[in-house]
Amino acid sequence: MQSGFEGWGRLLAYAVLGASYLFLMSVVALAQTSILNVSYDVSRELYKDINPAFIADWKAKTGETITVNQSHGGSSKQALSVAAGLDADVVTMNQAPDIDILVERGGYVAADWRKRLPHDATPYTTTTVFLVRKGNPKGIKDWDDLTRPGFQVILPNPKTSGNGRYTYLAAWGYALDRSKSETAARDFVAKLFANVPVLDGGGRGATTTFTQRDTGDVLVTFENEAIAIGSELGTDKFEIVYPSLSVEAAAPVAMVEKVVDKKGTRKAATAYLEFLFSPAAQEIIAGHAFRPRDEAVLRKFASRFPAIKTFSVVQAFGSWREVQAKHFADGAIYDQIIVKR
Amino acid sequence: MAGAATALGGLRGAARFEANTATRDPAWVKGLVLSLSLGFFLLFLLLPLIAVFVEALRRGWSVYLAALIEPDAVSAIRLTLLTAAIAVPLNLVFGIAAAWTITKFDFRGKQMLITFIDLPFSVSPVIAGLIYVLVFGAQGWFGPWLGEHGIKIIFAVPGIVLATVFVTFPFVARELIPLMQAQGRDEEEAALVLGASGWQMFRKITLPNIKWALLYGVILCNARAMGEFGAVSVVSGHIRGVTNTMPLHVEILYNEYQFAAAFAVASLLALLALVTLAVKTYVEWRASQTAQPGEVP
Amino acid sequence: MAHIRAHRVLPGFGLSLGFTLAYLSLIVLVPLAAVFLKTITLTPEAFWQTVSAPRVVASYRLTFGTSLLAAAINVVFGLLLAWSLVRYRFPGKRLVDALVDLPFALPTAVAGISLTALYAKNGWLGQYLEPLGIKVAFTPLGVLVALIFIGLPFVVRTVQPVLEDLDTEIEEAAASLGAGRWQTVWRVVLPTLLPALLTGFALAFARAVGEYGSVIFIAGNLPMVSEITPLIIITKLEQYDYTGATAVAAVMLVASFVLLLTINGLQGWTDRRAARNG
Repeated sequence: MQSGFEGWGRLLAYAVLGASYLFLMSVVALAQTSILNVSYDVSRELYKDINPAFIADWKAKTGETITVNQSHGGSSKQALSVAAGLDADVVTMNQAPDIDILVERGGYVAADWRKRLPHDATPYTTTTVFLVRKGNPKGIKDWDDLTRPGFQVILPNPKTSGNGRYTYLAAWGYALDRSKSETAARDFVAKLFANVPVLDGGGRGATTTFTQRDTGDVLVTFENEAIAIGSELGTDKFEIVYPSLSVEAAAPVAMVEKVVDKKGTRKAATAYLEFLFSPAAQEIIAGHAFRPRDEAVLRKFASRFPAIKTFSVVQAFGSWREVQAKHFADGAIYDQIIVKR
Repeated sequence: MAGAATALGGLRGAARFEANTATRDPAWVKGLVLSLSLGFFLLFLLLPLIAVFVEALRRGWSVYLAALIEPDAVSAIRLTLLTAAIAVPLNLVFGIAAAWTITKFDFRGKQMLITFIDLPFSVSPVIAGLIYVLVFGAQGWFGPWLGEHGIKIIFAVPGIVLATVFVTFPFVARELIPLMQAQGRDEEEAALVLGASGWQMFRKITLPNIKWALLYGVILCNARAMGEFGAVSVVSGHIRGVTNTMPLHVEILYNEYQFAAAFAVASLLALLALVTLAVKTYVEWRASQTAQPGEVP
Repeated sequence: MAHIRAHRVLPGFGLSLGFTLAYLSLIVLVPLAAVFLKTITLTPEAFWQTVSAPRVVASYRLTFGTSLLAAAINVVFGLLLAWSLVRYRFPGKRLVDALVDLPFALPTAVAGISLTALYAKNGWLGQYLEPLGIKVAFTPLGVLVALIFIGLPFVVRTVQPVLEDLDTEIEEAAASLGAGRWQTVWRVVLPTLLPALLTGFALAFARAVGEYGSVIFIAGNLPMVSEITPLIIITKLEQYDYTGATAVAAVMLVASFVLLLTINGLQGWTDRRAARNG
């Protein structure tokens, strides 16, 4: 019996030595041949399919084996994580400001990132649409219906997600187009947000609220997310309504210079971003209900994407910088609207 | 929490109370109290547990198994095990040292020390994560220095381990302190008088005396280390296959509508909880067995 | 005689105290101090504005309110459960006794998705509650349910040992003096259990105030309605408003520290009570 405890002390010592060793190892983890793609919330499934295709392509071209890791969350939150030290080699966001902020905060991304890839470095677009319950019981046709009193609109937090920001801008642009008056647009958006009972952090959270929690009459989200909900959860439960006018949401991508230089992954990261514009990747993109940039691929999938009248943020608002300062900065219009709610 | 270790063998006494007319409740009272308490137990404890397993197997065994052998799930399991393998021994040694200091010596500020050791119990896990971001994050105290030297703490495994160490910090110490307090210092002092070295005394007297409480503390510490969500979520960075622990993986799957898969991974954690409870019950039983002959002098 | 010194003082004081203090400082105290050091970089006005914003105040009300209510409910049912476990024989008792600790061992995220599955509109229980007009998931009621779940064992496990050690003689004496059963329980047993009940209440309350994992799945997280304070901290962190998050965290930390001191005081009371009775 006594000798049994002789071993205890030794066991304890080994356990502690082992634990300390493991901890130190994890601190000085060796750089692996892997790249990290930090992306927004509802692109999970897309990159899950793109990554293996890229890995195979890279292997065929260079003979090297590479790993691609993914991290997802609200677009702005993810961008700020990168600024706070999340080692992303590439960022694939859903709105330009989330990449611009990485230029401003510490020069993580080159200032001319838009010029480095085709289509202003946006491999695909999508647009903001409505998802309603089957049969459209509330008869929702356009943005006006969303401002009806007593109506529940589900959308993600514009402060933390690009998805929510596009919705805000789409509603604003629609009202402006109708009334030609800034005041009327502001009132319209304020009325819409007064109907929002939950503000989830990211697009996926909003989807869960609407579909799983049965909250709300309409979900305003990206077209790709709305189509994905149909195929994931059954087209018999929901249907998509296209508004008369919406915003074109182009998804920008960029390389994080500081990180690729540190990790020595510049070549792979560049290849990864260029791969997104290749016909193979564009097919995968279209397969996930994003509108591809490649004309041939877009024609092939035309039946999936009904024609919809859209405006771009630059057309309607001048630039993202102006949008940011006027609408989403601390104390700007969005804050004023949401506090009064 | 502290009382949990002392709740030993609730079974022996009941007959004693029911046999005694002074302490026996009328049958209708017993019926009422039992149905209320057991109904509450069923509704709030048992049902959620059952729900985990039923939901996990809703789509059949093949989906269940597929969810567990998927690479991201495997790496989440591996990271969770690694985290526990680091956090538990560290807190084990700390627990012994702290309990030894507090119970075998008298010094000023002892009560304060105990309060500080308890602090992580009452701090929200979210704050536990936040404090490490403040210290090690890119904008934190050591962030710039760590960045220059290529050391990653936040959004990497070390941050996850630190946050886990914090939330499981008091478990071992809290189990040992009351027990060692009750045991006093006589046995150790006797060993020293008889010429044992400090290490011998510790190994042959102290460790055998506290082994069950120690084991119990380790089990609880381990369960919490593997299941921690809030604190880890703040420091993880959510990189699939790299910095995702099992509870975070559950959340990701849940948010991807892979409910069966989410519950499958959750069921592993629930199994861990059940094993923890089984071992704990056994440990308590053994402790109550050894407690009686141990109380001789 | 050579061992006189050793007889009085066991070895390892310096080593164990030094290690304890160093580890405690490194892991707990220094990082926690960061919260306060970060907070004092704010001006008092900015601090006050952050911690008294309507949305934050609403979250305090929800967090502390539901935590109090959950702890109170747990005191009642925890006492009943402890009483059943100590005083009655019934089938499956061993199992019940073991499973009471489930919330200690079950990861909070698992509890969260499981409770949501039970109480959502189309869930096991939700489908029966919904027609009655009772919405649990994604309302403050859901927060309450989650907090009851995580707090229950604290009450049971603090009351149970005291109840077990309770001398039957007191009740016998009361009975022989002609007190009814109800009177005996109310006047004799309950006052003895009071310190333990209060300790259990405080422990359950303290745990509930900081809870995050199980609540966020079931709460719905509506600003002003079902958003708990830890979630406010997370939201601020996600917007990289570090100072804002830290200011709210400082408020919560002070609250936890006060609670902790209360709990320690109560536990001291329980122990003294127990010592007197034993």
